[in-house]
Amino acid sequence: MKKINRRPTAGWRDRGKRWLAWPLMGLLAILLLMPVAVHWLSEPAQAQASSQTQEGSNERANYWRAVRDGVSGYTAVQGRETNVLIQNGGENWRSLRQGPIQFYSAWLLAFVIFAAGLMHIINGPQKIEKGRSGLLIPRWNLFERVLHWYVAVLFIVLALTGLSLLYGREVMIPLLGKSGFAAYAGYAKNAHNYLGPFFVVGMLLMIAIWLKFNMPIKADWEWIKSAGGMWGKKHPPAGKSNAGEKLMYWQFVVTGSALIATGLILDFPNFGQTREMMQWSHVIHVVAAVIAIVTLLGHAYMALFGVEGALEGMINGKVDVEWAKQHHDLWYEEEIAKGVRPEPVAKPPAVTRRAEPQST
Amino acid sequence: MARMKFLCDAERCIECNACVTACKNEHEVPWGVNRRRVVTLKDGEPGEKSISVACMHCTDAPCSAVCPVDCFYTTADGIVLHDKNLCIGCGYCFYACPFGAPQYPQQSAFGVRGKMDKCTFCAGGPDADGSAEERTKYGANRIAEGKLPLCAEMCSTKALLAGDGDTVSEIYRERVLRRGGRPQTWGWDKAYGAS
Repeated sequence: MKKINRRPTAGWRDRGKRWLAWPLMGLLAILLLMPVAVHWLSEPAQAQASSQTQEGSNERANYWRAVRDGVSGYTAVQGRETNVLIQNGGENWRSLRQGPIQFYSAWLLAFVIFAAGLMHIINGPQKIEKGRSGLLIPRWNLFERVLHWYVAVLFIVLALTGLSLLYGREVMIPLLGKSGFAAYAGYAKNAHNYLGPFFVVGMLLMIAIWLKFNMPIKADWEWIKSAGGMWGKKHPPAGKSNAGEKLMYWQFVVTGSALIATGLILDFPNFGQTREMMQWSHVIHVVAAVIAIVTLLGHAYMALFGVEGALEGMINGKVDVEWAKQHHDLWYEEEIAKGVRPEPVAKPPAVTRRAEPQST
Repeated sequence: MARMKFLCDAERCIECNACVTACKNEHEVPWGVNRRRVVTLKDGEPGEKSISVACMHCTDAPCSAVCPVDCFYTTADGIVLHDKNLCIGCGYCFYACPFGAPQYPQQSAFGVRGKMDKCTFCAGGPDADGSAEERTKYGANRIAEGKLPLCAEMCSTKALLAGDGDTVSEIYRERVLRRGGRPQTWGWDKAYGAS
């Protein structure tokens, strides 16, 4: 009894493991302070003003300074924040959106597309090394596949309509003209706003059901060190999800939750959110969206062009045994150990085709 | 060419809300939309001041800069107007405007706002001057008739001034000279820059 009770405490006090607590606590502190930091960013102007109010002798100047800093009064006009004369947050929002957000997002998107193209030219697609075995092993069940494509289609629509609002004025107005683009943007905005909540459901479900095989394991470090087999001859070990896919998953947990939370704030103005809340939600929404889009471009490249035999799993639900051994060896061994038996590729098409009437 | 500006004299505004009412009546603005509003600071306390505020027709208008469909334009008189045929009701101008000028007929779920509406300096919109279409979308076009905005025209204490910026500031300068004290061109630095 005593031994069992003492063991964890003894291990915790052990000097060798103690250092682990600090990065964990640091991480926790960062997560907790993040919303506060956002608030601080918008604060300096107000903080400065209040200090001046205390020191300054000119009451009249202080009065109007407070107005410039967004002090509220009384108004007979009903509505949210109608009693505020000046709200300065919009200028921060505008300079962030028209400045770094538009600038760096464009370059990041261009860079990722360029990098994927370059990688394709240099490395070429990763072939199934030993050739197809002709034996298939189930990888994704029907529900997972339907969910995947449901989220994928919604994501593409949301990404394209979202980017249309971010860059449409610069990119699409010269092509479509003002009225042409406005007509499209009206539909784009509605599509984005009405489909968003459907995406929320799919995204949350996906995060929930795929959590179990996306927990980090020791072998992931090896995968990362060899960049998924790009460096070095040997293929690094991987479970059902490799380290790259796990990074994507956790990236989605973070950006997805940010997109969902801020998206819902922006999508339902009927709850009377303040402008400041809308402005910051918008900034976070765009930044998270661009990170998610960039990650998904990489994911789509891998599935469509980068890795032979990868897309089949998400379409038919089954993958070739040789592909499984090469890319997800640990998962393959687990499945075999569980008693899953690979089945040969069915070949009925050859027979049915002959039976069809031939046109002469 | 004139450069149209609004100026509200905080020493004169008595919070009668006649400008708000005149605006609503002249343009037949729908319920819930208020192109102009009066804000009273320190209501009922020493130092109470009232300000009538609407679109200030900024020199470098933030609404115009952020509009994703580029529906804003500035007239030769420096009046910032927008095209409701292009507006998609995204709300960006409302996020960007420091004065809370952009208004929406709706604020409902799924970001449904309807076309943005705001003070036009009584100058209508891009449709033909005085047309029925212009009237239903943007309200009256007094500027085309050679008149100034009704809110300022009927202000009982002449606290709200509207017109060419040079004329407005000259009137205000004379006032301050007569009554003493310091000028308070509220909102001007924000809307028209440091000049």
